[in-house]
Amino acid sequence: MLLPPPVPTPFTPVLALAGGLMIGASAGLLWIGIGRIAGISGIAGGLIERAERDWRLAFVFGLLLAGLFARMLGIAPTIHLSGSVPLLAFAGLLVGCGTALGGGCTSGHGICGLSRAAPRSIVATLVFMVVAATVVFFTRTFGGS
Amino acid sequence: MRVVIAFASGLLFGAGLLVSHMADPAKVLNFLDVARRWDPSLAFVMGGGLIVTSLAFALARRRARPLVGSGFPVLPRHGITMRLTAGASLFGVGWGLIGLCPGPALVALPLDPARVAVFVIAMLAGLWGARLEQYGFKWNRAAIHKAMKLLTQTKSRA
Repeated sequence: MLLPPPVPTPFTPVLALAGGLMIGASAGLLWIGIGRIAGISGIAGGLIERAERDWRLAFVFGLLLAGLFARMLGIAPTIHLSGSVPLLAFAGLLVGCGTALGGGCTSGHGICGLSRAAPRSIVATLVFMVVAATVVFFTRTFGGS
Repeated sequence: MRVVIAFASGLLFGAGLLVSHMADPAKVLNFLDVARRWDPSLAFVMGGGLIVTSLAFALARRRARPLVGSGFPVLPRHGITMRLTAGASLFGVGWGLIGLCPGPALVALPLDPARVAVFVIAMLAGLWGARLEQYGFKWNRAAIHKAMKLLTQTKSRA
């Protein structure tokens, strides 16, 4: 399995903070607006349930459209996604199963859970951050790229 | 109205991921690469997100119900189980391998469809498969056989 070669990226605190504020505003809008958590794994996973499918579909549609608009306007960032097809599929499966079992991802546990200081989200966020950093350390040390 | 708010929220979420460049897996992997090419940007995204979302939760606590809907659901706070930590660990492995998590994967789908689609299809299979199992669905040989049959049927039809 070919591992993604490291691509250097500059530290962009202003854009990062601006984007973060927008993500926060989105999560706030969804909670105050319709009383739902902006957790992407929960929203995408919940699409198989008939109940609540309407707003979940609308949210996912908005996410996809944001990418599509950016592409049409030519302002989208480059997506440095490398790695073989089996590796992409394997990682996707782990992310899907893991977030379904753990009940959340970077948005549901990371942004929303930490914002309401839920102990289970703090634990989950620490676990996936530390595990992911460890994986990156090992793949970049022994990955051969 | 619910659908309009959810759509606006999704659009804004996606825009935030694009502006912060979090849709680019390289940014995420370099944040996780603390020892070498550390790019702390993701911490600023989280910081910005936490400030606004915390304010929104505080504001919502003063309300009896959301703008649309009958009330706020009660969210789990505790319940730190094996399931939670095992799930978070699996997610961490997948995230660290490629640098994509569910939100950025969906936003990046129109930007690099061929590669991202592989990830997204596998992710949805994982999400939906694990959910089916939660409803009491058993992944035994008969179920897998049936699923494979369904898949091949739709393929031959297309």
